[in-house]
Amino acid sequence: MITKRIIPCLDVKDGRVVKGVNFEGLRDLADPVEMARWYNESGADELVFYDITASVEGRTLFTDILRRVAAEIFIPLTVGGGIRTLEDFDRVLKCGADKVSVNSGAIADPDIISAAAQKYGDQCVVLSADIKRVDGRFMLFAKGGRENTGIDALDWLEQGVKNGTGELVVNSIDTDGVKNGFDLELLDAVAKRCAVPIIASGGAGCMQDFLTLFRGHPGVDAGLAASIFHTRQVDIRDLKRYLRQNGIEMRL
Amino acid sequence: MIAIVDYGVGNLFSLASSLKSLGLTVEITRDADKLCAATHIILPGVGAFADAMDKLTATGLVPVLKAECQKKPLLGICLGMQLLFEKSYEYGEHEGLGLVPGQVCPLADDLKDPALKVPHIGWNALDITPGREDDPLFCYVKPGEYVYYVHSYYAKHCAANTLATSEYSIPVTGAVRSGLVYGTQFHPEKSGDTGLRLLKAFAELA
Repeated sequence: MITKRIIPCLDVKDGRVVKGVNFEGLRDLADPVEMARWYNESGADELVFYDITASVEGRTLFTDILRRVAAEIFIPLTVGGGIRTLEDFDRVLKCGADKVSVNSGAIADPDIISAAAQKYGDQCVVLSADIKRVDGRFMLFAKGGRENTGIDALDWLEQGVKNGTGELVVNSIDTDGVKNGFDLELLDAVAKRCAVPIIASGGAGCMQDFLTLFRGHPGVDAGLAASIFHTRQVDIRDLKRYLRQNGIEMRL
Repeated sequence: MIAIVDYGVGNLFSLASSLKSLGLTVEITRDADKLCAATHIILPGVGAFADAMDKLTATGLVPVLKAECQKKPLLGICLGMQLLFEKSYEYGEHEGLGLVPGQVCPLADDLKDPALKVPHIGWNALDITPGREDDPLFCYVKPGEYVYYVHSYYAKHCAANTLATSEYSIPVTGAVRSGLVYGTQFHPEKSGDTGLRLLKAFAELA
């Protein structure tokens, strides 16, 4: 059977991996190529790279890093951050990305999803969304989680899937950085409406959080996290062994 | 030299890099002479069947591939594997290369478990077909190792040529062979160390 996936996420700024807590207070952690190598050896099922650089120099640095990673690491690579046009898709795909994640770019121009799906295939298009509860409703947020778009997040994701999104990254702002577990209520709500693979993001604090995620929520296909893996608070190989011992299908 | 057929479909960077990491000489080409000079040929591919078949036909390489695969090992990967078959039913009905008997059909129509998603994306265990364990393609891999899939269509009516499958409520065709023609539905160049060992075995086929 198909396995559940464990995915470390590398936020890259000016050529270095950083990770924020509640999207604020970024701190420098490590060299992305070195980290990708280490994650590959630790059994990561896939890697996600987010380019959080705004400058042109930073962007060139990022594509150079991507090319170096793709030249020696042979597991799926998803790339996001600053993807707004088909040229952006092209730029990162040529550097070895397998899937491209759009977030703000799709909010600014929702047609980018169908255009990219037609050109590169559904499997290539990942829609990533930052979601937060406002007055009991799940709302879509923009600008790294700082701005409420006023769009209902579940409607947004459902429409994205209709337009050709092959996979969703569901990032809960409410649980991100809190390390108290994934946002199960949100994930269940998304799974009910969307039939493509769902990657849960935001809130993992320990191995048990992943077991709770996969055991009771079969609609979720993968768990994504950053700081707990970067700081080695949770070791991926130990995590996967633990999940498999508890009956979750894992690649070991 | 291993020739990767470049017909304008998909990104060949990872595939070329994975072969180079094994110390192999790789040429990404659409030059018929280079395909003739190669020791092995790889036919990659992502996207839709009809579009890929049209592009491959437009290169004029179809007769070259058909002739060369009688003399040297050919490996089709993902959509490249699907092109090896007689026919595909992806958005209509389309002729393939006809190098392996069988058809390519929508996965969604045949899945037994409605909770399973299409595309079939992720790592799945490779179940080697009984009696095929000794195929040279598997000389460095054990049954049950995980490989990475991304696809919505799959090959069927090809049991006699199936080397391995992966379970997704039905056995999904994972690897096929007809003579020197091999195909994998999964991506060996994205299947970590297992995938590299499969590529190494392919490169060592005489």
